[in-house]
Amino acid sequence: MSVKRRFTRAQRATIVNGMLAFVLMLIVLQLWLLTATMNAYLGRDQSVIWPAAVASLLCLLLNIGLLRYLYQIERTRQ
Amino acid sequence: MADERRQRLDVRIDSAGREGLTGTTPSNIYRPLHDAEQVTTAPDGRAMEEQPAWRTDFPIDWPQDHYVERRDFMKFMVLTSLAFTVGQFWIVAQNWFRRGRGQPELVRLVGVNEVPVGATQMFAYPTAHDPCVLVRSADNEFVAYSQKCTHLSCAVLPHVEVGELRCPCHEGIFDLASGRPIAGPPRRPLSRVRLERHGDQIFAAGIEERTV
Repeated sequence: MSVKRRFTRAQRATIVNGMLAFVLMLIVLQLWLLTATMNAYLGRDQSVIWPAAVASLLCLLLNIGLLRYLYQIERTRQ
Repeated sequence: MADERRQRLDVRIDSAGREGLTGTTPSNIYRPLHDAEQVTTAPDGRAMEEQPAWRTDFPIDWPQDHYVERRDFMKFMVLTSLAFTVGQFWIVAQNWFRRGRGQPELVRLVGVNEVPVGATQMFAYPTAHDPCVLVRSADNEFVAYSQKCTHLSCAVLPHVEVGELRCPCHEGIFDLASGRPIAGPPRRPLSRVRLERHGDQIFAAGIEERTV
């Protein structure tokens, strides 16, 4: 049985700040992946294109998961 | 009302200096604190749960406003993450189409005797929109590169006497023998045109792009 916790606004503010830190790190990683992959593509190096795309997709899924959790907290509050 | 409440207090400790500090005062005598979540009061006075959804996104009090702006910033960052992922798969698609095109065909450029040692010859390869430069650096040595600088695609100019190709836009310098960057902002070598010699004719036989 799952118990829905009710966070105070101060707690939610801390949670959103923590999530934002993770999301920003993942965004920077994705930006680096994109520039490195573009450089490889322009230099006809095809070996990194698919792995970088998969890694970027994983980062996106992680970000979406964090955002969903935030909205879940919002719903629990009401 | 206040007098009734005061009567319930322990008078022995109900002095002005001790009130509320001893733990003996019933908690219900004080005015109940506002719920921290309920600072925002809508102009019509109804509870926030009864307000339209948009009002929760435009709070009046600062703490809630800070929370909402961080939440919206996070939403925007996730959209940025989506854009990066789309860009990544756009590269995958472009690579797939490029592989389908294959290498360009063999094209005659010049006769060996048409270009003296130390001279250059401009040409377009593989299409009319891809300017290239052919350099005869020694008696039996020809090199050809795309003229597009790998920094921002300005046209590089050959300086055969010092063995360099220079980009006038941002002072990028490439080695004439290898096409590799030796100074300035470019990080990738110039695209090299593969040359083939058939008798006394020089042909372009493909493009070689490199990362280092």
